[in-house]
Amino acid sequence: MLPAPEELKQSVEELLPGVTLTLESAIFWVTPNDLIAVCRCLKDTERFSLDHVANLTAIDYPAEQRMDVVYHLYSMAKKHGPVTLKVQLDRNHAAVPSLTPIYRGAEFQEREAYDLFGVIFEGHPDLRRILMWDEFQGHPMRKDYVPEDQDVPSG
Amino acid sequence: MSPDAATPVSELLEVSLGPQHPSTHGVFRMNAVLDGETIVKLKPVMGYLHRNHEQIGEGTSYIASFPFTDRLDYFCAMSNNLGLALAIERLGGIAVSERGEYLRVIMAELTRVLNHVAVTGFLLNDMGAFGTPLLYAFREREKILDFFEAASGSRMMCNYVRPGGVRVDVPPGWCDQVRAFVSGFPRFLDEFETLLTQNEIIRQRTQGVGVLPKALAVNASVTGPLLRASGVNYDIRKADAYSIYARFPFKVPLGTVGDVYDRYYVRILEIRESLKILQQALKEIPDGPSVSPKGAALVKAPRTFRPPKGEAYGRIEAPKGELGFYLVSDGTPQPYRYHIRAPSFVNLTILEDMCLGQKVADAIVILGSIDIVMGEVDR
Amino acid sequence: MIVGQGIFQGMAVTLKTFFQTYAWGRVLLRAVGVKPSEGLVTIEYPDVKQKHHERFRVFPFLVYDASPDDLRCVSCKICEQECPPQCIHITGPAKDEQGRPAKAHGRTYPVEFSIDTSICMSCRICVDVCPFDAIEMDNAYELSSDERKDSMWMTKDALLKPNEYFQKIKPAEAAEVDARLAAKAAKAAAAAAPKPAAPQTPPPASAAGAA
Repeated sequence: MLPAPEELKQSVEELLPGVTLTLESAIFWVTPNDLIAVCRCLKDTERFSLDHVANLTAIDYPAEQRMDVVYHLYSMAKKHGPVTLKVQLDRNHAAVPSLTPIYRGAEFQEREAYDLFGVIFEGHPDLRRILMWDEFQGHPMRKDYVPEDQDVPSG
Repeated sequence: MSPDAATPVSELLEVSLGPQHPSTHGVFRMNAVLDGETIVKLKPVMGYLHRNHEQIGEGTSYIASFPFTDRLDYFCAMSNNLGLALAIERLGGIAVSERGEYLRVIMAELTRVLNHVAVTGFLLNDMGAFGTPLLYAFREREKILDFFEAASGSRMMCNYVRPGGVRVDVPPGWCDQVRAFVSGFPRFLDEFETLLTQNEIIRQRTQGVGVLPKALAVNASVTGPLLRASGVNYDIRKADAYSIYARFPFKVPLGTVGDVYDRYYVRILEIRESLKILQQALKEIPDGPSVSPKGAALVKAPRTFRPPKGEAYGRIEAPKGELGFYLVSDGTPQPYRYHIRAPSFVNLTILEDMCLGQKVADAIVILGSIDIVMGEVDR
Repeated sequence: MIVGQGIFQGMAVTLKTFFQTYAWGRVLLRAVGVKPSEGLVTIEYPDVKQKHHERFRVFPFLVYDASPDDLRCVSCKICEQECPPQCIHITGPAKDEQGRPAKAHGRTYPVEFSIDTSICMSCRICVDVCPFDAIEMDNAYELSSDERKDSMWMTKDALLKPNEYFQKIKPAEAAEVDARLAAKAAKAAAAAAPKPAAPQTPPPASAAGAA
C-alpha cells in the first residue's frame, strides 16, 4: 500500500537529503533540479515501486507566466498509486530534465508536450515534433497561440 | 541495432510504410530502414489524424466533449465515454446510480468483446487471411452494434454514458436480448478458435515474432493486453477497482512469451472473462433510475455545471489499454486543461524495439497485434 | 496428430459456414450431425432495408403541433450554444415593428433556423438540452441529392415536421414527450384558471370593443 502523502514526503526527503517536496492537497511539487533524483527514488525504492508513468503532460498558465508539467506515477508491481508530481517552470524558458532515461514510457508523451506546448526536455534521446508536421511553427496548445489565417497566403 | 558488418550503409533501403496503407490501421506511417528484408531501424510517424480534440474540449462544456470522445477510439465509443464520465465524476463529486453502474459495466464489457474479436479479425487480415476471420468476427460485432443502436440511437458514435449514469435507460426487453446473445457467444468463440488457435500457418507466423520482454513492457508504460501477454499481471479493473468491478470475480489471463501469438490468445481469453462478467451483471442488474439526480441535471443544462477548482485523473481499462482523462478545472463550465492519455499512443513506444531484426511482413503483423486506432493516437 | 491438422480443422469451419448459407446446405449439415448456426446475414440494400431501432438518430428536425407556424421552438438559442460542433444557426426571435418580440400562438418564434448537416455529429445534445421539446432526432437517412452544397444546409422549412410524424417514427419517445407537455399544459392551465371564490363582475361596456 502506498503511504499517505505526508508520510511519503517525509520518506523521500529522508532518502534524499537536500531535496524538499512541497505537498499541496495530494500533489507533490518538485523543483526541476530534483526531479530525476525523486523519480529514481520513487521507482527504485522497494516500498514505492512506482514503475509506470501513466500520464505526462503540461498545463499553460499565461496569466501567471508559468508552465506546469504534471506526472502521474502508478505502480504495476504493487498495484497502487497515483502519485502526482508537478514541476513549475517559467513559461518563456520551459526546460525540465527528461524522464525518458528512467522511464521509456515517457518518450512519446514528452515529445507531445514539446510539440504542443514547447517544453524542452533535456536529455531526451529524440526530441522532435510528433503530432504536428516537422516544419510547423509554434506550439498550438498554448493559450496564446493564434492559428494562422488560412486564407492569407504565407511565404 | 547496427547493420550487418557486410552491408554498407549505402545498401540500406529506406522505405516509408504508409500513411496510405491497408494494414497500418489508419493513417500511420513507419519509416523503416531495411537491410534486404530485415528491419534495421523503424521510426513511427503519426499525426495525420490530429484533430485537436484537447483544444476543442477546452473551449466547450464538459458534456459537449462526450461526442468527441466517441471519435477517439472509434471502435470502442462506450468505453471512451465511460473514461470521461469517471474523470468528471471525480472532479465534480457526482455520485452514480446503481442501475447506471451496471449498465455502464455491461456496455464496457460488450465493447471489450467486440473490440477483441474485431482486432483478432484485423490481425488475421494483416497476415493475409483476407476477410474470412474478419467477417466472422464482424458478424458477431454487428449484433452488439445493434444492441448499442437500440440503447443509444447510434451504432458506433454512441454518446451514451454520462456522469452519474447513462443518458437514458435501455428499452424494455434489451437485457433479455443481450442475455440471449451472451449465452450464445461461447459457441461462436469456440468455432472462431477452431479456425485459428491450432492453425499451423498462424503459429508459424506469430510464435516467436515480436517478443516483448517483461521488464521493457513495464518500463515503457505499456498497458492492456499487450502488457498482459508479456506476463505482467496489471489490469486496471483489478488495480483501481473503479465503478463496481470489485463485485465481479474474473481472472486476468497472462501470456508467457510475449509474442504475437500470446497477444492473440490473451485477447481470446479476455473475451471469455468478459462474458462471465456480462452474465453476472445481467443477472444482478437492479431496477431504478439510470442516472443520479445530479447527473440528470447535468444532461439537461450542461453550462450550469461548474466543478470546484481542482484536478482529476480518471482512468479505465479500455480494450486497448489504459485510457486516462486528465481534467483541470478553474471553476468555469469549461475545463482549463483537458488531456487524454491514449493507450495506443503510449503502446507505440516499443514498436521499434519489437520490430528490429524481423522482416517487413513481421512488422505489419506486430503492428496489428499492438492494436492501435489512429483516432486515439493522434486525437 | 497429423501435420496440418489445425489447418484442416479451420477449413472444416469455413466449409460448414459455406454450407449453412444455403437451405439445402443446412439440411445436409443436420443430416451429417453438425448443428448449423445462422445463414446469410447480409441485407441486400436497397431491395431490403434494415429495420432500425426506434432510437436510431440521424439529423434533427423541428416539431410543430397544429400547423407549421405553431412550432414549439421559442428561439431561446440554448441548442445553438450547446451544440458541440456549432452547426445550428438561429436568427430570432422575430420582432414586430416596435422592436418587441412578436408572438405566434402565444410564443416567440425564430425567423431562421438552419442546421449545417455537413458538420452535424448526430450527437443528440440539442435534443437533450431543449427545455421545450421543440427539436427531436429524425431517422431519415436517404438524403442524397443531385446538387452538392445547398442540400447539406437544412433551413427551417426543411426541418419543420408535424408531431404526427414524430409519433409515427418514434412512438415510445413521442408518447413520453406528449405526456410531459400535457402535464405542463395542465399545470399552466390550473395556475391561470380564475379562482372560483371571486364573484364574476360584468365588464364595463366601453372596454368591450378593445382590440
